[in-house]
Amino acid sequence: MSGKPKLHYFNGRGRMESIRWLLAAAGVEFEECFLETKDDLTKLQKDGSLLFQQVPMVEIDGMKMVQSRAISNYIATKYNLYGKDLKERALIDMYVEAVIDLNELLMTHTFQPADKKEQHFATIVDKATNRYFPVFEKVGGKEVTMDKTFLLATGFSRADVQLLETLLMAEECKPDILVKFPLLQSFKARISNIPTIKKFLQPGSQRKPPLQEKDVPKLMKIFH
Amino acid sequence: MSGKPKLHYTNGRGKMESIRWLLAAAGVEFEEEFIETKEDLEKLRNDGVLMFQQVPMVEIDGMKMVQTRAILSYIAAKYNLYGKDLKERAWIDMYVEGTTDLMGMIMYLPFQPADTKEKNLALIIERATTRYFPVYEKALKDHGHDYLVGNKLSWADIHLLEAILMAEECKPDILSAFPLLQAFKGRTSNIPTIKKFLQPGSQRKPPTDEKFVAIVRKIFNI
Repeated sequence: MSGKPKLHYFNGRGRMESIRWLLAAAGVEFEECFLETKDDLTKLQKDGSLLFQQVPMVEIDGMKMVQSRAISNYIATKYNLYGKDLKERALIDMYVEAVIDLNELLMTHTFQPADKKEQHFATIVDKATNRYFPVFEKVGGKEVTMDKTFLLATGFSRADVQLLETLLMAEECKPDILVKFPLLQSFKARISNIPTIKKFLQPGSQRKPPLQEKDVPKLMKIFH
Repeated sequence: MSGKPKLHYTNGRGKMESIRWLLAAAGVEFEEEFIETKEDLEKLRNDGVLMFQQVPMVEIDGMKMVQTRAILSYIAAKYNLYGKDLKERAWIDMYVEGTTDLMGMIMYLPFQPADTKEKNLALIIERATTRYFPVYEKALKDHGHDYLVGNKLSWADIHLLEAILMAEECKPDILSAFPLLQAFKGRTSNIPTIKKFLQPGSQRKPPTDEKFVAIVRKIFNI
């Protein structure tokens, strides 16, 4: 037993990616066990390893944790990425929940039927640029100092990590999506340069590539 | 300024109901301001009080909080309903996410197209009885305590009771195979703050009917 957290999921982003980001940002090494077939999932279900028969599942500190939010909350608290008090946690939660909403839109894009894709893309761009980015652009610009700005004035938190993850995903969807958000562009550059995150962004890390349409059938086979 | 939390939402369950439950269970009095028309929602948006242009929004402790889970986590922690340490919080989070998933399915049912309703209802019942309720039944069986986590009332228990009652509205005998959940329901419903919330005249909202669906569609353009 290595003591490292062990992640059970398919070999792709999905709902596990934010967890990979958090662990990596916190400098925590982790192992991965990939589900390749339906049988792999069935085996985990039959073992009693999955509380609600679902993945993500992360073996950590003697627990088999499920539910991505529960897992992320645990990791963020354990590695001091969740603010210093209740009010900071509240603010982080508000930011993170919004980021998750946008992330969900981005994540489901590949699964949209062909006739709905264009509409879905327009929704993503509209929500990203009119609802979410303006809030973070404003917050990010509030406490500008020479080289340190995080979403919370008191320091680096999971909100920064999760926002960066989503900004990069949004750019994969539309490369110039940040054109009107100069402060988010500099936020992106700054957070990407944090050593643990920089390492995670390099080729060969455990960061997963975007889901390709050709991979969707295999995924459907495992989960449906 | 009354100092009481103030809830901004439509006059119905939706995503605000779990927040009402939690405040009520914690014995916290709260006020409500109902969004009745599209214009009410636009006014809130134009006033700049909705961080991401969405409700629920709860004015509490000098903050205008948005995002349901953020609000629930804050209330749970503030009123000592979130366990005593990180591990208890992990279990509460896991249990709450399960009941959130189940209640989410039930919440959207009235908004589904009529020809899918029967199928979706069947799926809800299947999930409730084969995926979710067995977990909570087993948890209670394994430790033999009255509450899910840490032998003490927590957010997880309140959320589970809410989910059980919603599921029973879908199928009245849905707990027939779960004796411990039946006992849990009886016990938890009798906690004075919760008992009060379950009485007529409380701020608990009735199940969503077609009339409310029409109002919601109009206000939110869905």
